[in-house]
Amino acid sequence: MNSEYATSIPREEAQEPAVRRSWRTLAIQLLGPLTIVAGIVWAVAQPYRIVLLDRAGQGIYDYLFQAPLLVVLVGIAFTFCIAPGLVEDLEAEELRDPEG
Amino acid sequence: MTPKAETAHWVAASVALLIGLLLVAEAIVGPEVFRRRAWRAYLFPAIVVASSVGLWIIVVFSTFSTMHLLAHALWAQAALVAGAVELAVVRGKLKSPNWSLVPGFALLVSGLAFLVHEQNPWLYSRSAFLHHAIGWMLVVVALFPLGQALRPRQVVWRAGFAVTFVLLAILLFADRDAAPIFGRYGLGGGP
Repeated sequence: MNSEYATSIPREEAQEPAVRRSWRTLAIQLLGPLTIVAGIVWAVAQPYRIVLLDRAGQGIYDYLFQAPLLVVLVGIAFTFCIAPGLVEDLEAEELRDPEG
Repeated sequence: MTPKAETAHWVAASVALLIGLLLVAEAIVGPEVFRRRAWRAYLFPAIVVASSVGLWIIVVFSTFSTMHLLAHALWAQAALVAGAVELAVVRGKLKSPNWSLVPGFALLVSGLAFLVHEQNPWLYSRSAFLHHAIGWMLVVVALFPLGQALRPRQVVWRAGFAVTFVLLAILLFADRDAAPIFGRYGLGGGP
């Protein structure tokens, strides 16, 4: 057989399976950032709620507890402390039981 | 130096928001996955019990009004009982779904306390409006734990219970000591 025509069969390279995140994983990952965005939007909509921008006659508690910043703080806490472990456990569960 | 009432309410709103996010997350992934790590399982009941301690501290400082003192004491007690039962459920000491009637009862009593201790009509002030709104909301959403006791597998009860805390957070964040009821969109009222 002429080797110019009969070439070797190209070896199929093993491809990484496409990672498809479930809606549940996506929802968990979005909860925190959406909360942060809500806090930022609130701060932009009502800048007088941010004491740093309007310092007249404010006390120590006004500096410590500023409502829009508290929302952002809760969002950050959820994003970095709760969501990663939860996503990890959810993905492990979905790998074990893809139908579930 | 005692903080203003609105400051305490915003802190409570932040705690309610965190609880809401935790419960929404649990409703999304299911209790089996959510409780896979022990610290996560104990987080909600621990926060509720800690909130009750915070409420008891407010009771100590609420000497300006007997009605407010009694209302805060009632909320503190309700949170303590609900948190303790939830701790026992997570720990596995209590297994029956009927135990979710306890948080339901706590929500109902808390809502009634909001309604009873607000003596002004809805549109008197923002504070009065929020007291009525939160009170009626808590009375209505007490149905969610009731549904959870009767039909524990339906996710709608768990989701409804979770969203309750997010709504509670929004209403508490809206509290101002001195503000028109709907901000610059009218309905003055005072203070």
